[in-house]
Amino acid sequence: MSDFTFTIDGVEVPANKGQTILEAADAAGIYIPRLCWARDLAPGGHCRVCTVLVNGRPQSACTHPAGPKMVVEHDTPEIRAWRKNVVEMLFVEGNHYCMFCEKSGNCELQAMGYRLGITTPKYPYMFPQRAVDATHPDVMVDHNRCIACGRCVRASRDLDGKNVFQFVQRGHHVRVAVNAEGGLGRTNLSAADKAAQLCPVGAILVKRVGYAVPVGRRLYDVKPIGSDIEAKRAATPSGK
Amino acid sequence: MTTTTTDLKRITIEPVTRVEGHGKVSLLLDRQNKVRQARFHIVEFRGFERFAQGRPYWEMPVLVQRLCGICPVSHHLAAAKAIDMLVGVDADKLTPTGEKMRRLMHYGQFYQSHALHFFHLASPDLLFGFDADPQVRNVLGVAAKFPDLAVQAVLMRRYGQEVILRTAGKKIHGTGAIPGGINKNLSIQERDELKKDAPKMLEWAVAGLELCKKFTREHLSDLADFGSFPSNHLSIVRKDGALDLYDGNLRAIDSEGKKIFDQVAPKDYLSVIREEVRPWSYMKFPFIKDLGPEKGWYRVGPLARLNTCDFIDTPVAEKERQEFKALTQGKPNNITMAYHWARLIELVHAIEKIQLLLDDPDLQGTNLVAKGTFRGEGVGIVEAPRGTLFHHYKADKNDQITMANLIVSTTNNNEPMNAAVRKVAEQFFDGREVTEGLLNRIEVAIRAYDPCLSCATHAMGQMPLIVEALDEAGTVVSRAVKG
Repeated sequence: MSDFTFTIDGVEVPANKGQTILEAADAAGIYIPRLCWARDLAPGGHCRVCTVLVNGRPQSACTHPAGPKMVVEHDTPEIRAWRKNVVEMLFVEGNHYCMFCEKSGNCELQAMGYRLGITTPKYPYMFPQRAVDATHPDVMVDHNRCIACGRCVRASRDLDGKNVFQFVQRGHHVRVAVNAEGGLGRTNLSAADKAAQLCPVGAILVKRVGYAVPVGRRLYDVKPIGSDIEAKRAATPSGK
Repeated sequence: MTTTTTDLKRITIEPVTRVEGHGKVSLLLDRQNKVRQARFHIVEFRGFERFAQGRPYWEMPVLVQRLCGICPVSHHLAAAKAIDMLVGVDADKLTPTGEKMRRLMHYGQFYQSHALHFFHLASPDLLFGFDADPQVRNVLGVAAKFPDLAVQAVLMRRYGQEVILRTAGKKIHGTGAIPGGINKNLSIQERDELKKDAPKMLEWAVAGLELCKKFTREHLSDLADFGSFPSNHLSIVRKDGALDLYDGNLRAIDSEGKKIFDQVAPKDYLSVIREEVRPWSYMKFPFIKDLGPEKGWYRVGPLARLNTCDFIDTPVAEKERQEFKALTQGKPNNITMAYHWARLIELVHAIEKIQLLLDDPDLQGTNLVAKGTFRGEGVGIVEAPRGTLFHHYKADKNDQITMANLIVSTTNNNEPMNAAVRKVAEQFFDGREVTEGLLNRIEVAIRAYDPCLSCATHAMGQMPLIVEALDEAGTVVSRAVKG
């Protein structure tokens, strides 16, 4: 039994006390796009891709608690346009070359681009100069592809207990840095750490994995991102 | 436009059509309006060798194949072979499934690329004549007048691409070859899908070859000298001297067939090959080190391969090779337009090889990747459809590429293409202006070697050709543009 219900785009959604809008939506089979959110991690509210209107005000669904009688707007033309803009800005702000990126097909940013129908960004590419840190024997960081979602920061702090990654600088200059001079190789990061596993893009990579999984068998090659969540809704008798 | 000035004149042809990439030809004329010098310029620059630096080595096979949309598999495999060596996996240490899947991918590539080169890009010149209206002398013209041939050409190309799809994961720019092997095997279903059409593909390849042979024989008196010249020839060959498009050691012969060097291992390529930079082209000029840049340039590609190899290990192609060799009494063939004939023999060889591989149960093996000990340097050489392709990489202890050197097929053929253009210009330039006829013939000569200028410098987009005639002072006296 749920504690209360609220509506998303007019659909009544059951929720329990303490659940976020995004968690309740997931359980109900409604996929709200997100990039910085990951299961087992505390929500960060960084990427704003999950922005919804809660009683008419924009909020990030991953951090905002669900409440009784709450009216949430999620899949409207206006909100879809916001999300598309946010993801387009992420594409142009970094150097995302899907054509040779080994994360292609497993990349959540790429999958989100496809889901939101981004064929080419309307903003000019910024082509920033960013470094590759390959000093660690088993893990590398390609800052060109980082979208500053902070998953690695939270995972290293909260799940691995290592604090290897941290944000530095502010505003659109914000970047992920490591807690050692001399690069990743001087930290106590292990390839088995959650921080090395949870990157949604091709920024933090376990070395020498590359293209071992063929095209066609990658996570988003067959089904779009979010389809696993939406399948739950489709499986309910009413289809709602 | 023609402007006459004193002394030398220069003529340029720009752009060249039905070739990928941008090209420009300039003809330098003397006081008697005779061609003193002809230069084939590649006027673009892409710089893959530079932006490979800093990337992880396992990215190379997927990164560098973006050089080309016609033969990306060649770059994919040359890079994969170089990276094999870099991670300590020698060619003979690949698993049978790893090597044979790569070979299947490579032969699929040859089949589609040779079909494209001959039927789509070159056959309009042969079917309609060099002087036919360009509005008709193109692939659409072929489709209108020879619809069966055009349909076959499309289906042949598609078949090759289906082979690539099932081995590399995608028809263009796949990811199949990985350091030390391959990332998938061939399922029974995939094998059976490919086997179904293979006999038809062999039949069509042989028919295409017959068409090309007939044309060449009928026009031999004109073609024998068209853009032709004696040259050295270079390719890899198998240890027993057989034609081997995927793996082998370097062999070079001179225009009479005398071996200049033989069985030089890929890792030692720098002991026999050097590259020269000239200020007027972005494309480098490779040459055989011991002979120097003046005498050491060489041809690569189908013609060179049929000249260097001792035999072909598939029956139909070997029979055709013997007929081809008989044309020049067993001596190396130096006829530029014989490239197409040689190309179609390889087309037949590729589909014969595909058929043999599809019957090999190793393709369903599950041992896909061999492991080795990191060396930090590797050289991979394959025969790409247009000729010998060298990839050379170094990586540091952080697994990042520190050096990349790519000598692509078109670069190897740079001097021969210049020589062919010079020869055609000498034969067909009337001393006054760049005519449509001259423009066409220069294009035909370039196209015999290569429809791909893009990968050599590594430009994108369509390839227009510009021909300019310049006097000694560098003033343009005549100019024609195409594309």
